[in-house]
Formats: sequence, C-alpha cells, structure tokens
Amino acid sequence: MGLREDQIERYSRQILLPRIGGKGQQKLLDARVLIIGAGGLGSPAALYLASAGIGRIGIVDSDKVELSNLQRQILHSTADLGRTKVDSAKDTLNAINQDAEVVPDQIRLTSENIMDIIAKYDIIIDGSDNFPTRYLVNDACVISGKPLVHGGIFRFDGQAMTILPGESACYRCLFPEPPPPGLVPSCQEAGILGAVAGIIGTMQANEVLKYILGIGNLLTGRLLIFNALDSSFRQVKVPRDPKCPVCSEKPTVTKLIDYEQFCSLRQKKEE
Amino acid sequence: MSIKVRIPAPLQKLTQSKEEVEAGGTNIKELIDALEKDFPGIKERICDEKGLVRKFINIYVNGEDVRFLQQDATPVKDGDEVSIIPAIAGGR
Ligand SMILES: [Zn+2]
Repeated sequence: MGLREDQIERYSRQILLPRIGGKGQQKLLDARVLIIGAGGLGSPAALYLASAGIGRIGIVDSDKVELSNLQRQILHSTADLGRTKVDSAKDTLNAINQDAEVVPDQIRLTSENIMDIIAKYDIIIDGSDNFPTRYLVNDACVISGKPLVHGGIFRFDGQAMTILPGESACYRCLFPEPPPPGLVPSCQEAGILGAVAGIIGTMQANEVLKYILGIGNLLTGRLLIFNALDSSFRQVKVPRDPKCPVCSEKPTVTKLIDYEQFCSLRQKKEE
Repeated sequence: MSIKVRIPAPLQKLTQSKEEVEAGGTNIKELIDALEKDFPGIKERICDEKGLVRKFINIYVNGEDVRFLQQDATPVKDGDEVSIIPAIAGGR
C-alpha cells in the first residue's frame, strides 16, 4: 500500500533525501520501536521518531510527571504534572503525528516481563536511569537478538552506543560490571543539563532511523562520548569481549538474572 | 614525559575541576601512580584494593581500551592521549 497524499507532503523533506525516498518512508511507517523511559533521553528520541513517522512506538515508564522533570523531559508540560509519563507522552506524540501509534506501558521492567515486551519491537532505545535496568535491558536484548541503542548522561557528559547482538560489542563488553551503589551519583543527586539529554537522545533516534532505513554506519563497536563544556564529541573503540558473560561464544549468563541483586552484590564485594 | 589524561566528571573533584591533566609514566600502572601523586585519592577511585582497574571504568590509550591491550602494563609514551571513561547510568 502506497503513501497517502498527506503523508507524501508531511514526510517530503526526508522522502527527498537520497537513500530514503518513498521506500524508506514505508520502512519507517512499518517499523516498531520501543523506548525505555519517557524521560531526558526518551523525550527527544520519541519526538523525532514520531515526527519521522515510525509506525509504532512503545513507551515503558512507571513514573509520574514531576515539576523537576520539566527542565529536560520535553515530552511533558506543566499541565501534565501528576499524570503518568506514558499517558503524557502518548498525548504529546499523538498531537504531532497520528501515523505513529503510541503504545503506553506503565510498568517497571523486570526479568519476568521484559522478554515479552521487547519481542513486539524491531529495535530498543535504552533511556533508563539506573544500572540494574541497563544491565537487564542489555542482557534481554542480547539473549533475544534485539538491536539496542544505549545512551547515558551525567552532568555535562553523555555516552551513546548501538548494540547489534552477535555482531557488535554489548554493554557488558564495554563495562563488565556496574559500579557499586552509592559510588556513582544519580541525575537526581548529580544534576544534568537538559541539552545534554537532548543531544544524546537525538543521537539515539538517529541510530534507530539509520538502522530501520539500512543506511550509513551505526555506532557499533564504538562509544560516542559527548562533553557539553567544550562541545566535544569523541569516540573510543569497543571490541567484543571474548569473555563477555552474555554475548561471547560460551556465555555464562543465558537467562535473565536478578539485576537488583547483581548491582548490589558488587557493593558487598567492594566493602 | 607528558601524557594528556582526560578526567571524567565524577573524578574532577580530585583534579581541582580540571578535565584534562598531564602525567608521566611508561605504562598505565605508572601513569595512575603519577596521577595519585598529583591528585591524592584518585587511584582508589580508578583501581580496586588489588590495584586492578575497576570493571565499571575503562582506560583508553589513543581510543583503544587497555583491557584488550595489556591491561595496566599497556605502554604509554609522550604525546599519547589517555581517557578515563566510567559507566554512567543517567537517562531521565
Ligand atoms: Zn558482550
């Protein structure tokens, strides 16, 4: 089925692009993307993906909109205070583009529910804000072979990397173990510049678009590091770890574990 | 000997907010010891009690992770750029 008249006009500026065209636009409209976290990273990612005409966008978040979120979580506005983030996100995205079917999911991801949730999507964006969730998402994506776009932010710094399970390094290849709780302050304690979230979340959306369109070079096997204070982007190489517990030839983690425990055990070991 | 070392935000408290410092040494181990001399306390943030680089911190020499080179025996020389990159979890 071809594009409608209004779709041809709405997406004309990207349909015009070489290597996208009507065919590429159809790929976007047929794509299903899951965004984990409707916060600092998930907001810009969702806005660009919905605007670009991604056909289905799942959003998982268990929180409600708070006043201190609005400095960076641009999916939500003052009128949304107290609403669930997924409902607020759905309304914002629907107002931009009805082509994007938004599937809100107000739950906390766990080892029990994540596999069924990610199974319904082509690619996953991690915009979560804690290490247990990040390792959970990584392992679930590697085990089920789902592409994952990682993003992390801290004060004036951001990091991003795309993971193609079985082909490129995963998050555990990059950082084998999480820091013990308390050693690394959260955004809540450390602060974050909203624009840093915007830059990294937009980078994640860009990776998803390239993956779906099959164009360009993904951020695989390399970590992008952004620093807002000197406006610098750097990249470091991230090889696959032959001893990676999840993505190596002989993985030791073949099913999901208890990630809260995984992340707090480290603390006991450190003490 | 002067090697540029990029200090990540969480450790900049120890380097008087400097995000780039210079240090000497012929390998990563010596470089970390040199950093510790100039910025006391930084070593225990980078290394565990056995002196091994912590698993949520990576050290890169000219963009390559020393874990995949010779760990803390990875040689460094004048003009090299060393980056210390910790895992960051923020997203919301
Ligand atoms: Zn791996």
